Amino acid sequence: MSFINYSSREINCKIVYYGPGLCGKTTNLQYIYANTNQQAKGKMISLATETERTLFFDFLPLSLGEIRGFKTRFHLYTVPGQVFYDASRKLILKGVDGVVFVADSQMERMEANDESMMNLRSNLQEQGYDLDKIPFVIQYNKRDLPNAAPMEELQAMLNPRNIPYFEAVAPKGEGVYETLKAIARLILTELRKGT
Amino acid sequence: MQPQMVMYDEEFQQISLVCERLAKEANAKVVFLVDKNGQLIASIGATENIDTTSLASLTAGNIAATGGLAKLIGEKEFSILFHEGERDNLHISIVGGRVILVVIFDTRSSLGLVRLRVKKASDELNKIFDGLMKKVQVPGAGSPFAEITDDDIDNLFSE
Repeated sequence: MSFINYSSREINCKIVYYGPGLCGKTTNLQYIYANTNQQAKGKMISLATETERTLFFDFLPLSLGEIRGFKTRFHLYTVPGQVFYDASRKLILKGVDGVVFVADSQMERMEANDESMMNLRSNLQEQGYDLDKIPFVIQYNKRDLPNAAPMEELQAMLNPRNIPYFEAVAPKGEGVYETLKAIARLILTELRKGT
Repeated sequence: MQPQMVMYDEEFQQISLVCERLAKEANAKVVFLVDKNGQLIASIGATENIDTTSLASLTAGNIAATGGLAKLIGEKEFSILFHEGERDNLHISIVGGRVILVVIFDTRSSLGLVRLRVKKASDELNKIFDGLMKKVQVPGAGSPFAEITDDDIDNLFSE
């Protein structure tokens, strides 16, 4: 849930990057962190294992500027993608304002994508959210790999409602900011509705 | 789903007063108030060398993780956490089930004193948050974002 602070004239929103293990959630945040002005970002925190697999979450605070005299701050989180970290994933979804699903375009990860998408839906449901009603975008990552599945196939499997989606190559930054802007935009539009 | 969190100037002043008093009476170095989603509500004391945003997010993660542990063994939550360091210690407690109070203290204070003062401050904070929640539920206390336009949003991304 967004936090409107009239005292400091700030609005804080929480974005969660979700998706199967090794799909590039952390890479998205790392790219944003490396390419954002010093003034606009806070410290990036990664709670990861020694082999750099996300253990609990990554966290990156960003300031996007002002709207009507209110500073807009976005808190970006990733979840651990590996299947057995489900308990942690549920915790991170608490109070979420918008979700980015990062899909791994590789043919052999189709099933992992599908499983993670179903897991997202059910974990949100447990927290009282409906995936079809909250701000939500999909990013198809790793589009540069030779074994990437065709977009039509990915879309048919993961995006039946045709919500906003982006093709990406996260380490190079392709599609990374586009994805972030799209989810931020949806969240702000949702705020206008006064949920 | 949790209700929308809103903070007004009036309540912020009241909260800051309670936190200031707590810091003084408990001989604490720093007092933080964080919401369960990891957003910082207030911070008092020697915060210059502390990354307050990160602290807020990690505290909430910590509380969420221990809350998960509590449920696994059939507890509702662990309402107090204590981390002892070589120099500084962290006392973390849940206030009224919705916000997290963090006290950082060193050898000038003691766990017993902090616990005692935190208890008193928690009751006061709880009352303030009760009032705040009632205020938020009043219709017409609409969001300042109700009237933003597509242009406002576009401008945000124009740089």
